[in-house]
Amino acid sequence: MNARNLRHDLFFYLGILLICVPFLKIHTLYVLPVFLGAWGLRRFADFAGENRLMVTLRERTVNSVLAHRRVTVGLILAVALLIPLGASDYLIEVFTSVILYAILATALNITVGLTGVLVLGFIGFYAVGAYTTGILTAKFALCGFWIALPLSGLAAMLCGILLGIPALRLRGDYLAVVTLGFGEIIRIFLTNLNGLTGGPNGILGIKRPSFGLFTLDHPRDFYWFALAVLSLVILIVARLVDSRYGRAWIAIRENEMAAGALGINVFRKHLLSFSLSAFFGGIAGSLFAVKQGFISPDSFTFYESVLILCMVVLGGIGNVAGSVTGALLLIAAPEFLREFSLYRMLVFGAVMIAFMVFRPSGLLGSRVIAQEIKDRADDGP
Amino acid sequence: MLRLTDLELRYGPIRALKGVTLDVAAGEIVTLIGANGAGKSSTLKAISGIHGTSGGSIVFAGRRIDNLPPHEIVALGISHCPEGRRIFGDLSVRENLLMGGYLLAKHEMAGRLDEVLGLFPRLGERIHQAGGTLSGGEQQMLAIARALMCKPGLLMLDEPSLGLAPIMVEKIFETIVALKQTGLTVLLVEQNAGAALEISDRGYVLEIGQVTLSGTSAALRDDQRVAQAYLGG
Ligand SMILES: Nc1ncnc2c1ncn2[C@@H]1O[C@H](COP(=O)(O)OP(=O)(O)O)[C@@H](O)[C@H]1O
Ligand SMILES: [Mg+2]
Repeated sequence: MNARNLRHDLFFYLGILLICVPFLKIHTLYVLPVFLGAWGLRRFADFAGENRLMVTLRERTVNSVLAHRRVTVGLILAVALLIPLGASDYLIEVFTSVILYAILATALNITVGLTGVLVLGFIGFYAVGAYTTGILTAKFALCGFWIALPLSGLAAMLCGILLGIPALRLRGDYLAVVTLGFGEIIRIFLTNLNGLTGGPNGILGIKRPSFGLFTLDHPRDFYWFALAVLSLVILIVARLVDSRYGRAWIAIRENEMAAGALGINVFRKHLLSFSLSAFFGGIAGSLFAVKQGFISPDSFTFYESVLILCMVVLGGIGNVAGSVTGALLLIAAPEFLREFSLYRMLVFGAVMIAFMVFRPSGLLGSRVIAQEIKDRADDGP
Repeated sequence: MLRLTDLELRYGPIRALKGVTLDVAAGEIVTLIGANGAGKSSTLKAISGIHGTSGGSIVFAGRRIDNLPPHEIVALGISHCPEGRRIFGDLSVRENLLMGGYLLAKHEMAGRLDEVLGLFPRLGERIHQAGGTLSGGEQQMLAIARALMCKPGLLMLDEPSLGLAPIMVEKIFETIVALKQTGLTVLLVEQNAGAALEISDRGYVLEIGQVTLSGTSAALRDDQRVAQAYLGG
């Protein structure tokens, strides 16, 4: 699937899906005008797709940001580090959520953004990670957090491999539906495996990790810890994107047959990206379990999967910084607009459609444009 | 160098190749001509391992290669430049070429990139441009250059002149001749039979999955049946 088509389809269906959520409860008939409106907008998108001014403006911005890449990253990191010093505990919790979702979005971006595989049940890996930590540290108290953390990642990765080996032979919508099924199956398992998972009641009393004498009990300390994990994940993924593997993934996204003809083992690369994605998803889940102290199947619904996908798409498919931005927008923004929570989905949907019209490559664009400019800068004039 | 014997290939119930026998000697340009749907692309796909075969054999450099996975076949020195170019539109020209050299050792990459760019100076000028923004002719150049990156002994080109302006077509054919002079063996699939037979040593005519004629290119050009069916006269 070509990246441009992928983006287009993602925006379109996600937007419609989200807009429909609040209406579905009221009356199914309301969906019709929404679909018609979306269709009209799509027509308009074809017409407005080549806005010269927008394109130049964006290239300018990307150019200057890239020219001062280190400074930008340093500044953002500094702000992120300082946030908890001034913020209330509540706000720190919100930002910790942002970080967890940023890890998830970065992880999902590996499959959706780089290999171009649409995964709809990504929350399943998050759930596996969270429950692995819950079961190991609280339910049966077999080990501490520091052992449970990598094991959670590995458990999710194992699920990724077991799901990927059969499912990655499918493509496009078929694969999307299979992964959607995976997310649901995991949730149903969690609800019904009472002995292991506590069923619908979930698992209580998951303790926050400690570092020898230090505990990460205080929201601020836990925030910094999560930030460190996010930074590590971003570092790994960013390195991968610029490597031989990253290029191979993008080549597969752009044209699978040609990638195969060049000697890339397409299936293995798909499986690698899928399992890596799952691994980081599991790590995020583990952090989620200790952050909440309590997990139940309710936290791992299809809605969450869609939300993460929205972050990836909004930020820019295949763009690591974009995923983080997407997480920030979709988690932090609604927290500050609580009064409007009823219309949250409606606004999300409208925003997605608006993006499809005005910024089809996402807020920060896809990796290529940035890479192109960077290549030029590296070579000098 | 390459020999296909009674090669069969199916797409489900459809028999696309019904026993194709042909051979390519080292240093030759061999042309495969035939109408749409004759099975030309399928033949190349079978050789490069992109599609499995259901009968017959493919021997390359003394070794059976039918039904090996594509990455192993590329490693043996067969490169397939597929129909319709299929360059990576979102990767830069340079990255497209690096992907072509995917199986090269790290220290060989830079040198090979320079060699290939030497053959296609125009790509050098557009090295940081996204592949999708090149013109049709440039994209075809890029597709060929990309296929050359892995230092193949045998290059298979599937309709490289398709949809290009006459000037570009001429350029592409010149390039193929130049490649032959470097010692490369070329298996060329073309609709543009006249031009292809002009630059090739030998040719095969494929009809509905079978070879119906073969011979030196000069002989094929003079053959009445070929002239009528493929040379528009
Ligand atoms: N992916 C496919 N699935 C089913 N049938 C195919 C497929 N590709 C090719 N065919 C059929 O196989 C036959 C040979 O096709 P092809 O090798 O592409 O011919 P050519 O390259 O000579 O035009 C045609 O009848 C075509 O319809
Ligand atoms: Mg063909």
